[in-house]
Amino acid sequence: MHLLEPRAQPSQLMRWTAPLIAIAATLLVGSVLFWALGKSPLDSFHVFFVEPLTTGYGWSELLIKACPLILIAQGLAIGFKARIYNIGAEGQLIVGALFGGGIGIAYGETGAAWVLPAMVVAGAIGGALWGAIPALLKTRFNAEETLTTLMLTYVASHLLSYMMHGPWRDPEGMNFPQSILFDDAALFGLLVEGFRINSSLWIVIFAVLAFWLFNARSFLAYRLEVGGLAPAAARYAGFPAKQTVWFSLVISGLTAGLAGVGEVAGPVGQLNLNISPGYGFAAIIVAYLGRLHPLGIVLAGTLMALIYLGGEAAQLSLQMPAAITGIFQGMLLFFLLGADAFIDNRLRRRAR
Amino acid sequence: MSSPEARLKLLHISKRYPSVVANDDISLSVMPGEIHAILGENGAGKSTLMKIIYGAVKADSGEMLWDGRQVNVSNPAQARRLGIGMVFQHFSLFETLSVVENIALVLDEAFDLAALAVRVKEVSERYGLPLDPHRLVHSLSVGERQRVEIVRCLLQDPKLLILDEPTSVLTPQAVQKLFETLRRLASEGVSILYISHKLHEIQSLCDSATIMRGGKVTGTAIPRDETPASLARMMIGRELPVCVAPPYHGPVHPVLQVERLSLASDDPFGTSLKDISLTVNAGEIVGIAGISGNGQAELLAALSGETTVDREAVWLAGEAVGHLDAGRRRDRGLVFVPEERLGRGAVPALSLARNALLTGHRQGMKRWGLVAFDKAQAFAEQCIARFDVRCGGPGAAARSLSGGNLQKFIVGREIMLAPKLMIVAQPTWGVDVGASAFLRQTLLDLSRSGVAILVISEELEELFEISDRIAVLAAGRLSAPQARELADAESVGLQMAGLFTDTDAEVSHAPA
Ligand SMILES: Nc1ncnc2c1ncn2[C@@H]1O[C@H](COP(=O)(O)OP(=O)(O)O)[C@@H](O)[C@H]1O
Ligand SMILES: [Mg+2]
Repeated sequence: MHLLEPRAQPSQLMRWTAPLIAIAATLLVGSVLFWALGKSPLDSFHVFFVEPLTTGYGWSELLIKACPLILIAQGLAIGFKARIYNIGAEGQLIVGALFGGGIGIAYGETGAAWVLPAMVVAGAIGGALWGAIPALLKTRFNAEETLTTLMLTYVASHLLSYMMHGPWRDPEGMNFPQSILFDDAALFGLLVEGFRINSSLWIVIFAVLAFWLFNARSFLAYRLEVGGLAPAAARYAGFPAKQTVWFSLVISGLTAGLAGVGEVAGPVGQLNLNISPGYGFAAIIVAYLGRLHPLGIVLAGTLMALIYLGGEAAQLSLQMPAAITGIFQGMLLFFLLGADAFIDNRLRRRAR
Repeated sequence: MSSPEARLKLLHISKRYPSVVANDDISLSVMPGEIHAILGENGAGKSTLMKIIYGAVKADSGEMLWDGRQVNVSNPAQARRLGIGMVFQHFSLFETLSVVENIALVLDEAFDLAALAVRVKEVSERYGLPLDPHRLVHSLSVGERQRVEIVRCLLQDPKLLILDEPTSVLTPQAVQKLFETLRRLASEGVSILYISHKLHEIQSLCDSATIMRGGKVTGTAIPRDETPASLARMMIGRELPVCVAPPYHGPVHPVLQVERLSLASDDPFGTSLKDISLTVNAGEIVGIAGISGNGQAELLAALSGETTVDREAVWLAGEAVGHLDAGRRRDRGLVFVPEERLGRGAVPALSLARNALLTGHRQGMKRWGLVAFDKAQAFAEQCIARFDVRCGGPGAAARSLSGGNLQKFIVGREIMLAPKLMIVAQPTWGVDVGASAFLRQTLLDLSRSGVAILVISEELEELFEISDRIAVLAAGRLSAPQARELADAESVGLQMAGLFTDTDAEVSHAPA
């Protein structure tokens, strides 16, 4: 039965309130969850959301986790506005890490200053290429990008696994599937001694500003928006639809690839099988939670990073299962989608 | 009870929007079985009043009596329970669903889809509105979509049926059908509130009329006792201007040439174009008459570039452009007003300023890939002022405008792009008489400045008023254009119905 009917004029205010409602609902259900697990909700929340931020080290870790999420979500949001749904950022991140990491492995020992910039560029290209494949498939064969991007994620992780078990395995690594540790020339410099936060932060800040300008002022962003809101109007105005597909997928692949380099040339410091704890997927939630707005995404990415951190803290000091992070992310997305559904639609009142 | 009671009585209804007073102290009453017209310019407040009756908009003050009892209708579901049905000016159907699914969506009671389909078929046939319940809505013509809306009201046995500009998008035949249906409903005691800008329709259909201007009631009339001119005067408060077509003295050269254009429609319910040739010269208006569904949509898409065709099938100012998309044809001086305003000619959720950007961005609104939003804003403001678009300003969302006002905005925007060739579909659909006259005169003046204009319309009167030459598109074939002086309405009407005489296509020559 159809219980919802569309609203003529969905409220803009509510659209920005929805993330807050989702957060509140997540906290509420989360506390029931903690209580059911026999923990005091208040103490748990303290461990989850407050403790990580009581130390400088915690803040540094927060930024480290927020950076890739924010970077990827910026790229994804462009496509989401144009209704091009790239859900394979995780794969693009991996390929970006492989491209950038490959240079790090091959040339890191030269110690040359160009190594790190070359890794960044290569990572961006790698991610962009991995995004370009679904673009080609969509423009050529009309293949749904939701499927192709997701499937290519599995291809990418097998590619990574192959490289780690074969060609790029560290010969002195006791057969662990991982590369050599990168030389300093292939790593982002630390910003503050003793903390892991590194100079890739500047890339993210630059990206946020660039995306903000792009969204606020560029004609291309306007074209993409029209394509998403009213495809017939975009065709009428003569905005090329294929270009939209290419741009959306390549730019989101590019940012994901950059995030991949940020991980391997940053906190991870090598190529291995765990370069991303699902940043590419979590960034989808971040993009929508941030209302596809560049600054909203910064806030949402920071919150999502806190959930990652809190999840780790909860495992350590509350002996909670690792799934706790996923549960909180999932609840957040669920409640957000729920809130959005009621912003665009209203409950039909039963006659009688 | 001594005297029969009014079905609906409105007393002192007022409704204020932030920028305008849409309804100011409106009173009217409708008897059972009465067909009552609401007349007024675009933006007079007619739709707002109807939405108040239907519970879709809440009045600021005033009373509503239903069969003599005071009622407070706070939502459409409640209105439907009272027996009020409404067909909106903008359709609200889901394209990907079938007819019967769309109808099921608004029913308030539980239903069984198969049984409902049978009922839909029954009701639609009883009232002469044939519909296939299982067709998907996206494949329906505008007229058929409207039937869906009407049938879905009829299924709920309404006592009052509101129709907001139902015929502005209908073919003449469909209008006749609709009128039969409405008369039949009235004879069964259903009251009807009817909004239209077509005064002759009002005269043939309606028993009484309330005239509105600027949100106020300015008078009532018995339409049969008036003339279209006197009704128009009551609506716009002055005499209706007459269009003048001055002679054109500039250089004559072909701007649009269509050469043996054939195009198979990829829509299973579409019409394929067969061997169409046509020339439109600078300084003239060529009118194409015909009933929608005879290849109009396909021809327009092929000319605008939304569908690309063989390179040499379409020429623009001497250049073969058939293979170019809409954007690149616009770069070469083409502008286009499509028949769907919301969603094609304009993006519903965006402001008028941002909708100005849609096709106006070539007018120096961007630099280094960045948009100068102040210029788009200024462009929209100019368009609003010059074409008298009644709206809340350049920041108003396109979907908040009434149909006629949005049409004025889109036509105005395209004219302001300084085109070489202008293609217009249904220039005055839903536009009130005063504004229609203004738009027609603007098109005439534009053509006399050396622009080539192609108008596709179902309204013969309009075509005869502004066209220099007239052709007919029927079943995907285009007749040879005839000079207006040589064409007569009757033979054009017959051709529209598809009755080509054998010689027609070859013999008649178009004087330049
Ligand atoms: N939702 C709205 N918000 C603001 N202004 C509106 C809204 N709906 C209508 N208006 C304004 O109210 C006036 C009357 O509109 P409407 O009732 O649609 O006129 P009509 O149907 O007679 O053409 C217009 O000036 C219109 O711009
Ligand atoms: Mg209206």
